[in-house]
Amino acid sequence: MHIFANPARFLSIARPLTPWFGWVGALMIVVALGAGLFVTPPDYLQGESVRIMYVHVPAAWLGMAGWSGIAISSLMQLVWRHPLASVAARAIAVPGALFAAICLVTGSLWGRPTWGTYWEWDGRLTSMLVLFFLYLAYIALSSAGAERGSNDRVSAIFGVVGAINIPIIHFSVEWWRTLHQGQSIGLGGSKIDPSLLWPLLVSTLGFSLLFGAIVLMRMRALLAQAKVEARLKRMTAE
Amino acid sequence: MNHWPFIIAAYAIAIAGTLGVVLASFTAMRRAERQADALTRRD
Repeated sequence: MHIFANPARFLSIARPLTPWFGWVGALMIVVALGAGLFVTPPDYLQGESVRIMYVHVPAAWLGMAGWSGIAISSLMQLVWRHPLASVAARAIAVPGALFAAICLVTGSLWGRPTWGTYWEWDGRLTSMLVLFFLYLAYIALSSAGAERGSNDRVSAIFGVVGAINIPIIHFSVEWWRTLHQGQSIGLGGSKIDPSLLWPLLVSTLGFSLLFGAIVLMRMRALLAQAKVEARLKRMTAE
Repeated sequence: MNHWPFIIAAYAIAIAGTLGVVLASFTAMRRAERQADALTRRD
């Protein structure tokens, strides 16, 4: 990881990687969502509403993976003072919050025809809503830190502490057996029929690649802004 | 109950949100990198 401590070296890898991640991810999403809407059969129990899973599950995964990324970057910032760690954490926050919101909204839209309600204070739903609020708090904290021009240890500590919510979301369906169904995909295999499963895997991989492209673009923007600010300060001082 | 209005709404929100953040990130990156390049050329 310390290889990327030099922003110039990071940029030499990020620049060619950004369009690849973006276009391959977009193509996979188009294929997966097209198949999810028009090719896969309806579920024997859920009916047509199962198709919402192809946008809901990747959004849930990215909401959780995004915060895990913030926590790892924050830890690297606090322990090793990695120069790109805080940039990575700030770049992840907005797309992470967006995908947590998409997860909540698409879950509600699935819940209405399936459970008969848009919202229930179920363990999984509530812990996911908490994650969305954590993202908003992190964005506010890190923006305030960036405006002050400080190293911003407060948002890094918040990023690490907030990671407590990730295992709570993951195990919520086992700890509080309320409305949300248990895990369908685990390390041991999947309970989903292969005819419904493959677009879900393609969609999740596609959204993950696109998320990677978004984070790289935001990191590049933050690094360029920092470069401009540093140069303007130097020009004013001269 | 007809499920399709819920499916269409879910896909529309997911696609619009994703496209929105992609476009916002791309324009922010292009603007910042152009500014940085312009300053480098001035030196």
